[in-house]
Amino acid sequence: MASTSMIERAKKKSDFRKTVTPYMYLVPAFLVMAVITFYPLIYQVVVSFTDFQTKDLLRGLASEKLNQVGVQNYVDILAGGLPVQNFDFFRVLTYNLWWAITNVALHVPAGIVIAVLLNTPGLWMKRIYRSLYILPVVIPPLVVATVWRNIFDEQYGAMNQFLTSAAMLFGSIDPVRIRWLEDFTPPIAWLLPNGPLTLAYYAMMIANFWLGWPFMTLVATGALQSIPKDLYEAASIDGASAYQQFMNITVPLLRPAMIPATIYGFTTSFNLFSFVFFMTGGGPARSTEILVTFAYDLVRNLRLYGAAAAFSVIVFFVALIIFLITNRLTKATENIVE
Amino acid sequence: MTAHTESTKNPIVRFLNMNTSREVGGRELPLWRQILLQVLCLVIAAEVLFPIMYIVTLSFSSRETRPASLELIPTEISFAAYKQVIDRPTANPITFIELLRNSFLLSVGVGLAALMIAVLAAYAFSRFKFKLRSVLMVLVFVPLLMPAIGLSTPLYLLMNSFRIADCGGAIAISPFASCAVGLGKVMFNLRDSLLGVGIAMISTALPFAVWNLKGYLDTIPKELEEAAAIDGADPNQVFFQIVLPLALPQLAVTFFLGFIGHWQEFALPWLFLTQPESYTLSMTLYNMTGQYANSIPWNRFAAMAIIVALPVAITYIALQKQIVSGLTSGGVKG
Repeated sequence: MASTSMIERAKKKSDFRKTVTPYMYLVPAFLVMAVITFYPLIYQVVVSFTDFQTKDLLRGLASEKLNQVGVQNYVDILAGGLPVQNFDFFRVLTYNLWWAITNVALHVPAGIVIAVLLNTPGLWMKRIYRSLYILPVVIPPLVVATVWRNIFDEQYGAMNQFLTSAAMLFGSIDPVRIRWLEDFTPPIAWLLPNGPLTLAYYAMMIANFWLGWPFMTLVATGALQSIPKDLYEAASIDGASAYQQFMNITVPLLRPAMIPATIYGFTTSFNLFSFVFFMTGGGPARSTEILVTFAYDLVRNLRLYGAAAAFSVIVFFVALIIFLITNRLTKATENIVE
Repeated sequence: MTAHTESTKNPIVRFLNMNTSREVGGRELPLWRQILLQVLCLVIAAEVLFPIMYIVTLSFSSRETRPASLELIPTEISFAAYKQVIDRPTANPITFIELLRNSFLLSVGVGLAALMIAVLAAYAFSRFKFKLRSVLMVLVFVPLLMPAIGLSTPLYLLMNSFRIADCGGAIAISPFASCAVGLGKVMFNLRDSLLGVGIAMISTALPFAVWNLKGYLDTIPKELEEAAAIDGADPNQVFFQIVLPLALPQLAVTFFLGFIGHWQEFALPWLFLTQPESYTLSMTLYNMTGQYANSIPWNRFAAMAIIVALPVAITYIALQKQIVSGLTSGGVKG
């Protein structure tokens, strides 16, 4: 009798330990996240309903001068009532989406074409090209942005100097002085009329193209290798041209690898803070501002903490919507593959 | 054989080694096509090398004036710019060693702290079935959705509320006590310290590390652990004596991935820190560009850009194999 009760007690004890153990391993992580993630998230929502400003910094939410303003911050952001020049939420949102989409639309095809080019059987110096083409992946984007910023300098930048030398070949003597990062007139006015695409946008597209396609080439090369060679042999026996083979074999079989990479590229470009901040700082006149850089500007320079909190809440929902859509896209493609 | 399977798993290695065996039997490329494709490849190589050669040439130049014409091949190898940057990186009273120390403290400290906490949580999520598992996993995942900048406002305000002030004799620690209004001298503000920035950076580093490690732990076969459990080992012994040693390579990869990211961290330090002595290298690089850069010779900027890029590039190249396979086995799959 005594022994069975002891066994039961021991069993109960081990049951208790079994249920508690996983939580013990989670305690440190959730304690930390409670303080620096979840509490700030709630705090953010609370602050977003106030007119928190620099004068309230000393006492925080206990400050006597703090006013509850309800949804005023949200209304101001969406309806353009913020005391900020050149800011229109929907213009920035449209530009941000356009920026991410156009980047991906250039990087992915270029990445695939270059991967196919490098995959040509019998091409000389393949290894050298491959090790060269990988270089942009290993350089920090922030350094890339600073370097390109200097390249696009009006007076001393390499781009204008390069264009000057190129123009000299055609007999021009005048130095090229394109104000890449300052000029506000959109070169192609009908393109995205909602947000003026200034020269700075094109300059950033060039710089980010340099940064972006090698990653896509990397992914595409991996996927190309898994395409069976006999498919191409069978196709060429049937008389399919190289172009037909590319469109009917390569592209469909690359899709499962390229769609996640495209989505990854899209979200990265959408939130590409340090690149935009270092290259143009959102200028000229906020024309290249994306959501995250504007959120940062609200805190760092304008010091409108209440509005910044409200803006971050909005950004969170934009990110959530994008996540839900992209998640659905990946799931949909997974189903097709399986 | 193992080396072969290893290499096919990894995109970068595969990218660099591909096709070498297949070419032997493949048909020859007609010469005119070879030449055409070579020209194309060279044009692409030129595009890739253009900014790299530009900045390398600039950094090896001893001229302090701005470049008057385009130079892409160094005409001289002078380390003057590097020497100047290391001797006196900014106009602020901070030495290069201190900048380097701050950057390393921040990136290594945040990386290690996140790793230690994350591996415990990853183990729990990977190996135990418990009631709140899915709810807690979603809670860890949600912060990953938020762009890191999104939390900067509340983190700024929170860190700013931890202050130590000297109220003329008495020491007051906010938010628990503060000096009378208008009095007191702030001795320490958590927001304005590397510690505060580090704590804030953990908020994005931690979820990433948890997901990355969980993905890897899921791939470790459970047989060893089950055998140990039959021999009477409790979950703690299993964790410390079996799982942790097995996960060591992935711990290193997660740490270095974090390091690469934290080394470039700019937004939070630039927002939080006001004292030049706690500046980091990436903040210094920002100070050397654009509107702040009027007086800074471009060769020095170029040298600094290369100095900031080097640790990341070296880490990538040294660990490319592990990093890429680590990325593919971890986080992505969730």
